Amino acid sequence: MTDITIHRGISPHRIGAMILRYWYLLLSSWPRLLELLYWPALQVITWGFIQYYIAENSNFFARAGGTLIGAVILWDILFRGQLGFSISFLEEMWARNIGNLMMSPLRPIEFLLSLMVMSLIRLAIGIIPMTLLALFMFHFNVYALGLPLIAFFCNLIFTSWSVGIFVSGLVLRNGLGAESIVWTLMFAILPLACVYYPVSVLPVWLQYVAWSLPPTYAFEGMRALLIENTFRADLMLEALAINAVLLVASFASFLALLRSAKRHGSLLSGGE
Amino acid sequence: MTENDKASSRPTVAERSSSAAIAVEHLVKIYKQTRAVDDISFSLPRGTITGLLGGNGAGKTTTIAMIMGLVLPTSGRVQVLGHRMPEESASVLGRMNFESPYVDMPMRLTVRQNLTVFGKLYAVKNLAGRVAELADDLDLTEFIDRANGKLSAGQKTRVALAKALINRPELLLLDEPTASLDPDTADWVRAHLERYRKDNNATILLASHNMLEVERLCDRVIIMKRGRIEDDDTPEAIMARYNRTTLEEVFLDVARGRVNGAKEAAR
Repeated sequence: MTDITIHRGISPHRIGAMILRYWYLLLSSWPRLLELLYWPALQVITWGFIQYYIAENSNFFARAGGTLIGAVILWDILFRGQLGFSISFLEEMWARNIGNLMMSPLRPIEFLLSLMVMSLIRLAIGIIPMTLLALFMFHFNVYALGLPLIAFFCNLIFTSWSVGIFVSGLVLRNGLGAESIVWTLMFAILPLACVYYPVSVLPVWLQYVAWSLPPTYAFEGMRALLIENTFRADLMLEALAINAVLLVASFASFLALLRSAKRHGSLLSGGE
Repeated sequence: MTENDKASSRPTVAERSSSAAIAVEHLVKIYKQTRAVDDISFSLPRGTITGLLGGNGAGKTTTIAMIMGLVLPTSGRVQVLGHRMPEESASVLGRMNFESPYVDMPMRLTVRQNLTVFGKLYAVKNLAGRVAELADDLDLTEFIDRANGKLSAGQKTRVALAKALINRPELLLLDEPTASLDPDTADWVRAHLERYRKDNNATILLASHNMLEVERLCDRVIIMKRGRIEDDDTPEAIMARYNRTTLEEVFLDVARGRVNGAKEAAR
């Protein structure tokens, strides 16, 4: 047993305290709130018009209405979900508060759970207005996807948390010098997860890589639903299984990186 | 009484460790090529105030960080309130607290919000009452609803001290608690710490460069140099041993390597 083993008795009280801390922070800063809305709105407007333009010039896209704008919304769930998680974590690094938290009774698992809840809250603030914009400006109703939307959402958010947990561990270990990973790592997934095109477009060897990423299943599933009106439950279950492995692996690597940070004294410096 | 009886009546290392607030045995911390802490051992009885002295790079902060569990030792043992650190940290973190210049309180949150969040993390009962009590004790009332980032250095130090006392800790670790405070406020904080120790039988380990503070507050002084313990005794005994009238003079003797000369002169 080590100090960073998961102890029995996760405290909802301590998780609530951390959520309260981030909620106070959000309310204290209107630029933070505005930023949550700004980028998703910009994305949906840009891609909405692109979808219009392509649909006017292509029979396929005219039939497959909404695949681009739907992909943008699902991509934003993945990307903003990870940012929502990681930015709350970075707030602690920027505030030099991580030592206070690590010295308190807050356990690593409770800290991570509070970051997950915050990613959902931040995501809701950004994504709900985005979906309403898509509905009123481009007549794309993402909620019309129905129950499959929940399956897509769950798989994407689980992946975003796995990435968020892993990059938070990297920043904890290496200090704010590693901050850029938080903003860029998810973009490495963008071409491989086949957000805007089907997996069949990729060379065969790269398709194996694509199918190792859970978001690929969500985007393929969305296209199957919009183009063929078929819900691929098999894809969702496979994605869920990979996500379970990824979540466990990311949590284990977070604990290993935390332990390494304690060994190297990084929690005291936290700088570059 | 035979020698064996005498030996059996003496407390064992384990017994001493379990009754001590902090017990450190052969603690070593090596960062790459640097021995930041080099085989130190000490034990602090409950209810005492101990000063950890030493120049920059002496190993004070690393020692305190290992006691807190923020840094893992290369070798050696740390026991806090009868529990091994960091293995049993979950059993003691709620009973201790700290203040350090290496950490800050979130700047955008108000003083009240910060104390509320930390109070909840430490599961403080009647939290609103405790926050009001600390605000009163540490004179925070005037700016309790102001963002922490908008406070003066002295006000921030008092807020950090309030956070350190929020859970009425049995063990308080303080790294430069009165740095950046004016003499009047610093004196007032020292009085508060003395009162807190007396009222709660708390143990305080304090790293400081302020020798007057250490002389006034501490029952015992541990002087560190290059990661090792150079001396460990009451302030009076140390001053007598070095034939000096202030700890500042002793500190200079140790820092400038005049240790043997001063001790021999005293003899």
